[in-house]
Amino acid sequence: MSPPFLYAMVGVGLFCLGLYSVIVHAHLFRKILAINVMGSGVFLVLVALANRTHVAMPDPVPHAMVITGIVVAVSATAFALMLLLRVVEETGQAELPDERSE
Amino acid sequence: MESLALLQWVLDALVGTGLLCLAWWTLASPRLLRAVVLFVAFGLVMALAWVRLEAPDIALAEVAIGAGLTGALMLATLARLTTMHTRHRLVHEAGAPRRGRGILRWLSAVLVFLVALGLACSVLWLPLKSDGLGTEVGTNLELSGVSNPVTAVLLNFRAYDTLLEVHVLLLALLGAWAAGGMRAPRAAAPGLVLDTLTRLLIPVLIMMAAYLLWAGAGAPGGAFQAGAVLGAAGVLLVLAGWRPHPDFMRLPLRLILVAGPGLFLVIALITLLNGGLLLEFPKERAGALIFVLEAAATISIGAALGSLFFGARPDDGEDQ
Repeated sequence: MSPPFLYAMVGVGLFCLGLYSVIVHAHLFRKILAINVMGSGVFLVLVALANRTHVAMPDPVPHAMVITGIVVAVSATAFALMLLLRVVEETGQAELPDERSE
Repeated sequence: MESLALLQWVLDALVGTGLLCLAWWTLASPRLLRAVVLFVAFGLVMALAWVRLEAPDIALAEVAIGAGLTGALMLATLARLTTMHTRHRLVHEAGAPRRGRGILRWLSAVLVFLVALGLACSVLWLPLKSDGLGTEVGTNLELSGVSNPVTAVLLNFRAYDTLLEVHVLLLALLGAWAAGGMRAPRAAAPGLVLDTLTRLLIPVLIMMAAYLLWAGAGAPGGAFQAGAVLGAAGVLLVLAGWRPHPDFMRLPLRLILVAGPGLFLVIALITLLNGGLLLEFPKERAGALIFVLEAAATISIGAALGSLFFGARPDDGEDQ
């Protein structure tokens, strides 16, 4: 398997690991970590596919998109962490209430 | 050459396996501090993957923003969680997942596995070689005003995306402030090592940011990488006990934060009114315009990232 497709498979694996973790874990901080891992997986797939081109240089448009994505991911993570702290302040626990238990 | 290709394949396999293992350990770790540290390590190995995929710009951004600043934000959040009084004894440590009985977890695992299969098939069915937009960027590169193709795409061909991106960062900071902000970290006196190191490193970091900004026109670098280094300098200052003067937090900080997005908007309006096309730079001025935009964006990004780490709103009292 050529290197770009190897990294694309790793990216798919990262995305699915993060997806499973988001679904299964109830703690909000672990969900935030999992979403970051999912984002990294998506970026890896984008750039790995951009590396297939090899005309004179790899396709720079996905590179620019991924740099944008990294900045947006840190913005969203910072905001999500702030909301996590507010949830803990208001409810005393770091998990969203389960509808069935109310 | 055969052995070189084999060595490269082994290196790629090691990096890929390392990424998957680190992600698994991060997500499966019940202690959150351990998870965050593993996540930072994961970001560093990602930077290796970016280098292997010939994306040095992304490697710089990943190390500074993805691993460094995200890790710092997460550690700051963990520190604040441990000092909060909560009904449950340990909020900063998450036990085993309680959500869902065993059968639901198995069902989720099966579904995610099917998603993985579907994604893997759709990726592997793509053609082995594809031009993408590389040739178009290559032919238009001289018209863009810079010689680094990623900078050309970010600041010229797709400048609209960057305009929105700097606004998203500002919006996240505004959202964090609107949600109440966090208490600033306790201003403990730094140890001798941290104090000396900070005094030595801050000027170096500022110079490195300026160099990354300047070099971004022709080499890997650019506004986001430089802004992230400035943000890291801000984080280091806050950790070493420096606190901004309250008067600085009111107007000057807000002016600095608005400088980047504001300049982008102004130039967008000017290009719209002059030629009728949004963010279409005149060819002879493109290089200078891009540098000015990047400089303003660098300062704003650095201030925004530092403010996100600091947490406190500008109108909060001096004593936390």
